[in-house]
Amino acid sequence: MGHEWLSLWSFLYGPLAIFLVGLYGLLTQKNLIKMAISINIMDYGVNLFIISLGYVPSAEAPIYTEAVKTYLPVFADPLPQALVLTAIVISVAVTAFILALTIKIHSQYGTTDLTKLGEMEL
Amino acid sequence: MKKVIAFLLFLGLLFFLGTGLEQGLKLGDRNTLAGKAGEAYLKRTVNSADPSASPSRVEYSSETDIEENAANTVTSVVVGYRSFDTLGEVTVLFLAATGVMALFFTSGKRKRLALAKPNFILSVSSGFLLPLIILFGAYVFTHGHLTPGGGFQGGTIIAAAVLLLYMAGNAYKAPSTGLKILEGLSGAGYLLIGLAGLLLTGFFLQNFLPQGRMGALFSAGIIPVVYLLIGLKVSAELSGIVSDYMGED
Repeated sequence: MGHEWLSLWSFLYGPLAIFLVGLYGLLTQKNLIKMAISINIMDYGVNLFIISLGYVPSAEAPIYTEAVKTYLPVFADPLPQALVLTAIVISVAVTAFILALTIKIHSQYGTTDLTKLGEMEL
Repeated sequence: MKKVIAFLLFLGLLFFLGTGLEQGLKLGDRNTLAGKAGEAYLKRTVNSADPSASPSRVEYSSETDIEENAANTVTSVVVGYRSFDTLGEVTVLFLAATGVMALFFTSGKRKRLALAKPNFILSVSSGFLLPLIILFGAYVFTHGHLTPGGGFQGGTIIAAAVLLLYMAGNAYKAPSTGLKILEGLSGAGYLLIGLAGLLLTGFFLQNFLPQGRMGALFSAGIIPVVYLLIGLKVSAELSGIVSDYMGED
């Protein structure tokens, strides 16, 4: 029971909670930089969830070495790891672009607060 | 009060989504490798071209000329089986870097970002650390098919070295024209390798070099070449983003 509860929390509810914390931040924060951080937190939650789908108990990292010479029973699933590698790079690209837009907005209007930007005559 | 309602909504959504996914995923039953990937895929042979041949066992450092024989299986997936996907990923990174450059370019000459004056320890130790960081980054992306890491990780490490230079000295300016040329050439190199595969074997990004012995530095066909190009491209791109953020002087 205890083991099952722990594995459910680390593989399912933990990543979901991280994702929802990011969603909460995205919906409530007014500052553009805090919104970028919230999007990043959502990314981490999804990545953690996909990685945890590839979990195999007492498995090695999916790399052949001198210590691990053969394959079937000992490796974690490499496919989610490859997909998450792609997702991390995309999230870096998106974050760089969001932050560049934020810097432009700040240099143009002097603020990164969404309510103040909404009140301005643009 | 508002925060309490938000927290209750958060918990409700968590258990709504969680219980729904829990039943669909059956996490407990699928914690074996056979339960995750297709069984036919796992049992197929990699030693012959016929996929219905009897299953084979792969042995590290003795296997020669098997399909996609990078010792790092994740690299086999990323740059071998899903190489076209990685080409798209590199394109997305290129678009983001171009977008950042365009956003900062139109604002004319921007003043350099005012960082705190670097202290003595940082400015002296950056001289020692810089070659080590670049060497480590190059190691990570040239050994991407053997050890953890690869082009994206190694490129990020090298871009961190450029960021260190910016933080350690007020006079440093990254050579942005050279970075753009390096980025363009390595991106074009990736495409040319794909086209060479199309010409020689009939499939885009198909392996056309000898596979070699698994676990050797020169093995796995085009995978190390592609990861070397990706490493150069990502390091040039991320260094360009860093220098765009820092502004002109």
